[in-house]
Amino acid sequence: MIEYNRFTLDNGLTVLVHEDTATPMAVVNVLYDVGARDEHPEKTGFAHLFEHLMFGGSINIADYDEPLQRAGGDNNAYTTNDLTNYYCQLPAQNIETAFWLESDRMLSLAFSEKSLAVQQKVVCEEFREHYINKPYGDVWKHMRTLAYTVHPYQWMTIGKELSHVENAHIDDVKQFFFKHYRPVNAILVVAGNVKTEEIKRLAEKWFGPIPMGDKYIRCLPQEPVQDQARRLTIEAEVPLDAFVKTWHMDARLNKGYYASDLITEILGGGASSRLYQALVKEQKLFSNLDCYHFGSLDAGLLTIEGKLVKGVDINKAELAIAEQISHIQEHPVSIAELTKVKNKTESVIAFEDMSIMSRASSLAMYELMGDASLMNTELEKYQEINPQDIVDYSKRIFRESNSNTLHYLAK
Amino acid sequence: MLNRKIQPTIIDAVSFDLKLRTCEQYQLDNTVPVYSMNAGTQDVLMIEWVFKAGNWFEQKNIIAGTTNFLLKNGTSDKTAFQINDHFEFYGAYLNRTCYNETASITLHCLSKHINELLPVVAELICDSIFPEEELSTYQQNQKQKLSVNLKKCDFIANRLIDEYVYGFHHPYGKYTSTIDYDQLKRDELIAFFKRFYAEGHCTIFTAGKIPSNLQSQLNKYFGSLPLQKRAIPHIEYNLQSAQEKKYQIINDANGVQGAIRIARPFPNKHHPDYPKTQILNNVFGGFFGSRLMSNIREDKGYTYGIHSYIQNHMGETAWMISTEAGRDVCEATISEVYKEMEILRNELIDEDELSLVKNYMLGSVLGDLDGPFQLIARWKNYVLNNLDEQYFYNSVQIIKSTGSEELNELAKKYLNPEDFYELTVI
Repeated sequence: MIEYNRFTLDNGLTVLVHEDTATPMAVVNVLYDVGARDEHPEKTGFAHLFEHLMFGGSINIADYDEPLQRAGGDNNAYTTNDLTNYYCQLPAQNIETAFWLESDRMLSLAFSEKSLAVQQKVVCEEFREHYINKPYGDVWKHMRTLAYTVHPYQWMTIGKELSHVENAHIDDVKQFFFKHYRPVNAILVVAGNVKTEEIKRLAEKWFGPIPMGDKYIRCLPQEPVQDQARRLTIEAEVPLDAFVKTWHMDARLNKGYYASDLITEILGGGASSRLYQALVKEQKLFSNLDCYHFGSLDAGLLTIEGKLVKGVDINKAELAIAEQISHIQEHPVSIAELTKVKNKTESVIAFEDMSIMSRASSLAMYELMGDASLMNTELEKYQEINPQDIVDYSKRIFRESNSNTLHYLAK
Repeated sequence: MLNRKIQPTIIDAVSFDLKLRTCEQYQLDNTVPVYSMNAGTQDVLMIEWVFKAGNWFEQKNIIAGTTNFLLKNGTSDKTAFQINDHFEFYGAYLNRTCYNETASITLHCLSKHINELLPVVAELICDSIFPEEELSTYQQNQKQKLSVNLKKCDFIANRLIDEYVYGFHHPYGKYTSTIDYDQLKRDELIAFFKRFYAEGHCTIFTAGKIPSNLQSQLNKYFGSLPLQKRAIPHIEYNLQSAQEKKYQIINDANGVQGAIRIARPFPNKHHPDYPKTQILNNVFGGFFGSRLMSNIREDKGYTYGIHSYIQNHMGETAWMISTEAGRDVCEATISEVYKEMEILRNELIDEDELSLVKNYMLGSVLGDLDGPFQLIARWKNYVLNNLDEQYFYNSVQIIKSTGSEELNELAKKYLNPEDFYELTVI
C-alpha cells in the first residue's frame, strides 16, 4: 500500500506527496501529459527532441544540471509514445533546488538556438546508434507502420525519419512548449524524506505563480478494428531470419489489458513459459522468443518476436506459433499455471515499489491515467482474471484478421 | 518577490556525515560466511551465492561461463523446465552471472516463499548434471546470438580494447568465438562444476526484510554441503599488452557510426591513487556534467553520450573512455578527448568546478546508501576485494579533502595520450 497526499494549485498543477522517512533522499518527478502520439505526422520525434531541449537552459537559469549536481543531485528524463517524464533525486535537505529548477523550466525555456542546433545533432546520433546502426534496429519502424493506419502509435518516439528531427525549427519548439508544458497539463510528485505541509509551501511558492495555460484536449484518431491480416517481408543485412507478429489488444485500463498481460506471461514470461519451452527447447525452431507488450495507454500491440534457428523455414516456425495460440484459445489454463503468472505479477510489483524513484513515477503515471489510487488496486485486477477470461481474451485478440506479421529475413 | 535567478540555499554534501550501515556477519556450520543486510520496507529478499568460479579458473575458453549459465538446466531429479517452473511459480527470479574471479547465483523473491526456494538452490549447487541436449541447445543459440553481436561496432570494440590492454590470454582480455562454443564438452563442465561449485568456495550475501529464521534455514540447506574444504588454486596471469597503440577497424562498410574506445592500464583498488583518481575521472568523463560530455555532446553534438570510467576489476585494471560517434566526426571526437586530457595536465581545476563534482559524488554516495540491495552491493564489493568499511570512510574523506594540485599531479601521471590504446570500429 503506497500512501500519498494530493492537492491542486490554483493554476491546475496536481501535486502528490509520498512521505518515506526511511530514506535520506527526495525525488521530484514532473510528468507532462504529452508524448509522441501528440505529434504532427510530418514533425515526428518532436516530443523526444523537446525533452532534450528541457536541459538547454530556462528563462532565469542558464544551466539545469549544474546547480542540481552542486546540490548533490542527479536527474534524467524519458519520452514514450504516451507521456514525457522528468525526475531528479537529491539529498532531502536540498529539495528546494529541485523546485527552483523544475518550476523555472515550467515557467519558460530560454529557447536557445544553439541548444536546438546541438540537440538536433545529439538526437540524430541517438537515432543512428539505436535504430540505424544496429541489426534489426528498424523492426519497430516497419511494424508500427504496418499495424497502425491512423493512430499516431504508427511512429516511434525517436521519430519516423532523421529529417523530421533535422528540420525542427525554434518556432515549433515555442509553440509545443506553450501548448503542452503548462501546469494544467502536468503532474508533480514529490517522494522521500519530506513533509506534505512543507511541500505545499514550496509548491505554492515556486509553481504557484506560473500561468495555468490551456488544458490540452487530446483527440487522436482511434485505430479502427482491423479486419484483414497484414503481412510484410523485408530483407536486410542481418545474420538470422527474424519473425515478428503483433495483434491489437485493449487500452491500459480495460479488463482486457490485464488479461493480455497475463497471456503474455503464460506464453513468453521466463524460461518455463509455453513458447520458450515448446519452440526454443523442444522443437528448436527459435534461438530466442519473446512475448510482450509496451503497456501503452491507448490500445497497444501484443507481440511475439523471435530469431529463427538457421535453416528453419519461417513458415514452419509461424505455424508452430499458431499451434500454441490455438492451444491457449481452446484449453483453459490450469489453476497452477494461472497462479504462477499472478505470483510473478505480485513479485514484480513488490520489487518495483522498492525505490522512491520508482514509486514517484508510478504515482505520476497512475494519476495521469485518472487516479493515483489505481496503483494500490492493480494487483486485485490481476487476481480477478480467471481461466475462462484467458480463453475469451485469447480468442478475441488472436484472430488472424487482427494480426500483423513481419518476416525480417537475412539477405 | 520571488527571485528565480538565485539558487536556494543548499547544504553542501561535503558537510554530510555519511555512515555506512553495518552488515551482520555469521558463518554456517561448514564455515561458509554469510553477510546480511536487514533493511527495507517491502517484503522482498535477495540472496546471492558467490563462488570463486570465474573464468580465472578455467583451463579452456568459456568453461566457467557455460557452467554458470547451465546451472539451471537440470539436476538428477529435475529437468530444466521443472527447475524454472518451480522458481517462476513463486514469482522468484533466479539469475546467474559469471565474472572474472567469481561467479554468482542470485535469488530475488518475496520473503514468504523462502522455504520452498532454498532447497532447490541447494540442489543446483550440489547436483547439477549438465544434460547433453541442454548443452547442445545452448551451443546453437549462443552461436546465433554471437553472430548478431558481431554485427555491432560497440560489441567488437569492447572485445578488442580489452585484448589490447590485457592480452588475449588474460581472463580480462579474452573473448569468445564460434569455435569455443563448438569445442565445449559436457565432461569439462561437470569437472569444473564439481571443483568450483559443489566442492568450491562460497560466500553468501543476503539483503531485504530478512525473515527471523533465515539463518537457520541457510544453515539447514547449505551448512552441511562440502564447501570451503579444498584450497582455491593459485593462478597468476601476466598482462600482455599489445605493442601497437592505435587501431581502426571497418566491421561494417555501411556503418554510420564508429565505436571509439581509448584505454590505458590502471592499478587496482588497493593502490593509493585509485580513490583520488575517481574524482579526477568524474571531472573528466564520469558523469553528465563532465568535461567530455559538456564538450563533445553538449557543445559539439558529436555523440549521444561519452563516458570515462575505471573498469571494475579486482586486479590490475584499465581507465577507459567510451563513445559511439558519427562516422565523419570520429577523428574530431578523439582529438577532443586528448585536448581535454591536455587541459587537465596543464591547468588546475578551479574550485567551483571541483566543489560541484565533490558534492555530486557525495550526493550519489548518499543515494547509494539507500535501500538494502544497494547497501549489500557495496558490502559485497568490499568483502570480495578484501577491503573493509574503513575503505568507505577513507574514500569519503578523500573526496572531501583532495585538492586541485593533487588531481593535477594525477592527470600528469595518468592522462598522457602516449599511454593510451586507441580504437575505432566502424
